[in-house]
Amino acid sequence: MKKINFSLVALSAAVLFAMNSCKPKNAGNAVSAGAAEKAYVAPGHYDEFYNFVSGGFSGQVSVYGLPSGRLLRVIPVFSNDPQSGYGYSEETKPMLNTSHGSIPWDDQHHLALSQTNGEIDGRWIFANANNTPRVARIDLKTFNTTEIIELPNSAGNHSSPFITENTEYVVAGTRFSVPPDNVNGDVPINSYKQNFQGTISFIKVDKEHGGMDIAFQLNCPPVDFDLSHAGKGKSHGWFFFSCYNTEQANTLLEVNASQRDKDFIMAVNWKKAEEYLKAGKGKKIATKYVHNVYDEATQTAKSETKNEVTVLDVKELKDICYFIPCPKSPHGCDVDPTGEYIVGSGKLAALIPVFSFDKIQAAIAKKDYAGDYNGIPVIKYESALYGEVQKPGLGPLHTEFDGKGNAITSFFVSSEIVKWNIKDLKVIDRQPTFYSVGHLCIPGGDTKKPNAKYVIAYNKITKDRYLPTGPELNQSAQLYDISGDKMQLILDFPTTGEPHYAQAVSADLIKNNSVKFFKIDENKNPYVTKGEAASKVVREGNKVHVYMTAIRSHFVPDNIEGIKVGDEVYFHVTNLEQDWDIPHGFGIKGAPNAELLIMPGETRTLKWTPEKTGIIPIYCTDFCSALHQEMQGYVRVSPAGSNVPLLFSTGKNMPKTDSSQKK
Amino acid sequence: MKLKFAMFSTAIMFLTITLLSCGGGNNSTPSTPAAAPTASTAETKTDNGNPSYDPKRGTGKFTKVDIPATLDAAKASAGEKVFNVKCSSCHKLTDEKLVGPGWKGVTGRHSAEWIMNFSTNTDEMIDKDPKAQAMLEICLVRMPNQNLSDDDARNIYEFMRKNDGVK
Repeated sequence: MKKINFSLVALSAAVLFAMNSCKPKNAGNAVSAGAAEKAYVAPGHYDEFYNFVSGGFSGQVSVYGLPSGRLLRVIPVFSNDPQSGYGYSEETKPMLNTSHGSIPWDDQHHLALSQTNGEIDGRWIFANANNTPRVARIDLKTFNTTEIIELPNSAGNHSSPFITENTEYVVAGTRFSVPPDNVNGDVPINSYKQNFQGTISFIKVDKEHGGMDIAFQLNCPPVDFDLSHAGKGKSHGWFFFSCYNTEQANTLLEVNASQRDKDFIMAVNWKKAEEYLKAGKGKKIATKYVHNVYDEATQTAKSETKNEVTVLDVKELKDICYFIPCPKSPHGCDVDPTGEYIVGSGKLAALIPVFSFDKIQAAIAKKDYAGDYNGIPVIKYESALYGEVQKPGLGPLHTEFDGKGNAITSFFVSSEIVKWNIKDLKVIDRQPTFYSVGHLCIPGGDTKKPNAKYVIAYNKITKDRYLPTGPELNQSAQLYDISGDKMQLILDFPTTGEPHYAQAVSADLIKNNSVKFFKIDENKNPYVTKGEAASKVVREGNKVHVYMTAIRSHFVPDNIEGIKVGDEVYFHVTNLEQDWDIPHGFGIKGAPNAELLIMPGETRTLKWTPEKTGIIPIYCTDFCSALHQEMQGYVRVSPAGSNVPLLFSTGKNMPKTDSSQKK
Repeated sequence: MKLKFAMFSTAIMFLTITLLSCGGGNNSTPSTPAAAPTASTAETKTDNGNPSYDPKRGTGKFTKVDIPATLDAAKASAGEKVFNVKCSSCHKLTDEKLVGPGWKGVTGRHSAEWIMNFSTNTDEMIDKDPKAQAMLEICLVRMPNQNLSDDDARNIYEFMRKNDGVK
């Protein structure tokens, strides 16, 4: 009897447990056997992929290793960075300059790795600033932001940066339509339809050095341009942009921009636009925007203001733009590896339309239009449509491709990723995400040659995934192995800021080109100090330039006297080290403008305006050697007008009263 | 007896869970943890007592350097330039120790090969060479690898010779 009782209890407990574990959205149990092994990268071993992930409202870009999910680096781009001194040092301050002045914090959404022949070439990654419209270029040899260009006539740079298959252009479409910069913008907000304009910028990229320049802007009807992708292969020469708010509402867009059954994907024939430009059809209009370039030789950024831009009007100049109806506020606008299929993801639609490039071309040739929208031809939906994926899930957002004929789409509302076949439009597999997936990424998944080992889902809601840390939790990324028939969740890792688009690439394309230190012989910073013998302190009126060196483990000079209240002191610190991963830091007590971190072979400048007399300590903030704690010194600050002579030394104990000490 | 019952029912419970549970993917038992990382550090630790190691020459690419009897002034002058940027922070030209030992007499203490190997293959030398390790115990700062070229190393050696009075 006893025996039966025990067994019964045990059985019912087991059944209860088993039932519980069937709930698919339980925080703990969706990971199946073998997952740990697949995501495990042994200590001391390298990951197989770099994963560049946009930082959203942090303004920065973070870099993870895959499959481990290790955070390798946060690259400062559109926000000040207290870790590296980006935006604080005199050399990097100009990078954050805009036509509105210096902006310390922006919103970074999307990333595009440079391509050659439709494949990732590992040279640069482009990043957008969503709030104050800009595009940045990050050099993947140094992981430094080396260029930022501002976009005039734009507001909310959301459909950006997307690139053509040989990085000919980076595009940037405005999310907010606004009155253009060369007219009086002091107009009633509800005159949107009359006074507002949508602008798409085409930024030309120098083949050799990556330098950016706005080649032209397209003046388009006022709507919200959302996302984009370039054509590739057969559709090279075209760009596709998703548009919402074709209702042209200016208030309560949540309701008012969700009225129409179909919004648009705008197809842009940019080769045609180039022809018009060449034929002199562009109009130069006055505006103001800045172009910031970091010169790697002088290690110094310069900000230049530009005063005009060339605009092509797509209403007047025919055959550049065409609208394709696309259901319900399309978000993602993704082109498959062959360039034939364009996938629009209507945020509010219950199906996914797939358009055919060939059919679009045929419809344009036959002028198979349903009418026009603000003077731009609208191609008939059926004439452009290849087919629809029926009942794929709720809230489709983005699609990436595996290069084996399949697409994987993220579904925000139903919290899942869904794999479907492009040819027969049938769903093959679906897996839950935790929770509310936004973007997703397959290495090379938006190029001609995906390397489809993994898909990463970037989720908007983390809730119960990690230990609680107060009201805010880091967003989560989830890694799925997609090498087999079924997608398998193998890893969960937190991300910084809010990830939007991400890019991933085989580590081999980048790791061997990575710079380990800057050669001191090639340092052309005007304030470099090449060797301790060259260190000095120079007064020019109330400006004092300190040419200082740092090496394990001392500064030269480390005793400075003769600084006065009211001086503007510039510490130009050169790190003399010539070895990998040996930065030195530099901190001054009470300096309101932060600190420095100086890479080996680099010169960085901190501006300091002492406001009180006294003895001010300086020290190295980055643990550099066994004697790091000895890497320190003093600056004496005297009152304005004092006669204390300018003296500087290391190891000499000046002034002369103590100079009996041996040098 | 009671204990036996408990064990039995636990076993059933476990089995049942395994059978009924429907966690994603494979329903088999969890696989064993991934293999521990393979030891790959073995080769860096051995050489101290290795007879093939020549402590006079150290380890690095320089096995035999021909040094003429008289000074090559051009080389010495080139070496002095490199010294000023990359070495003088830590080495004096007297016999006084700063961060590292003073250079006076260094060409008498070590062979040309040892000095050139140490200045170009610094990390491996500190890991392997008994004389370099003995110096580390005194200085406590590992000499930084300053990424000297082969020519830099040779020129610096010539500058050291000049400093030691070679004409």
